[in-house]
Amino acid sequence: MRTEILVKLVVVFVPFSLAAIGGTPSIFASIHHQAVEVQGWVTAREFVELFAVARGAPGPGSMLVTLIGWKAAGFLGALVATLALYLPSSLLTLAFAKVWGRYSGRAWHSAVQHGLAPVGTGLMAAGIFAIFKTAGAGPLSWTVAVGSALLLGLLPRLHPLLLLLAGAVVFVAANSVAALWG
Amino acid sequence: MPNTQQPISDQKQVKLSEIFLVFLRIGAFSFGGGLTGWVYREVVQERRWLAEQEFLSGMAVSQILPGANVTNLSIYIGQKLRGTIGAFAALIGLLLVPFFLVIGFLLVYENVSQVSWVGLATDGVAAAAVGLLMLTTWRTGTQSGRSAPGAIVIVATFVAVGLLQLPLLPSVLCIAPLSIAAAWKRGKNDAN
Repeated sequence: MRTEILVKLVVVFVPFSLAAIGGTPSIFASIHHQAVEVQGWVTAREFVELFAVARGAPGPGSMLVTLIGWKAAGFLGALVATLALYLPSSLLTLAFAKVWGRYSGRAWHSAVQHGLAPVGTGLMAAGIFAIFKTAGAGPLSWTVAVGSALLLGLLPRLHPLLLLLAGAVVFVAANSVAALWG
Repeated sequence: MPNTQQPISDQKQVKLSEIFLVFLRIGAFSFGGGLTGWVYREVVQERRWLAEQEFLSGMAVSQILPGANVTNLSIYIGQKLRGTIGAFAALIGLLLVPFFLVIGFLLVYENVSQVSWVGLATDGVAAAAVGLLMLTTWRTGTQSGRSAPGAIVIVATFVAVGLLQLPLLPSVLCIAPLSIAAAWKRGKNDAN
């Protein structure tokens, strides 16, 4: 019975791994469909909770899949689901990177690299927007983000961990103050 | 400002344990998704394992290929440094702590679901991480956007994918070839 679920986890998540073009948010709807309606691993309500927990915990938001595996079949389920989601796409990227590296030094290789660099920067800028949009970020998030960027720009030796900690403190403090007044 | 054009990995081999530990740290504190900025800081700025251009093109490729962007980027960087085993050192390092933490968070959530300050703290950490990403975007933008075509490509990509929310893959497949063609022409002119 348990083995059956583990096999199902692999069968469901391996194709998702290779279908997640442009990143895992593109497959969340299909994961929802499979996990809730087709396989019945979690209820619709649980799915929303798992999504929130995965976003709140460190690691890629797609570790939602780890939690679905956990719900479906305990620790082994979590492990199998995680591997099923990350391994296939990782092997594909690895193969690509290997072939790509072989042509290092050629003129066209360097042109592709130079050409893709500004695309990478543009995607990073777009990512800032996307992260804040899914998180439903308010003025406080933007203030802390811009403040952190300025601070780190002025003090390059500042450790990023301190910055992250400061962000947490500011949020908790701002909310406590707001609660006292309101 | 450190020189981010010449990678150190061309001269000496990076230790596997070092790759693992760097990605372990990144993974453990990667709240809220904005961790590309941190990867850039650790890998390009601090350690100079990769040249800036290698990092940026690797980032674009990681997003084009299927899979989670950050796992793909880790694989790309690890493979660049130490081949297949380096790629897996980076990937396992990245996912190890989050794997246990995400389950731990769920158990805490199910038992004490009303710890409001934990959610707040996480939001704060995420916002600061986005700040790091902003700075990285600014820094890499001043390099890759120095030429006019580069600057146009940055803005076009941001507007298409960020503001207009057009699908990533078709957008990149439209913009990237033009950008590569411009870089190719520029390279030819520089060579002559």
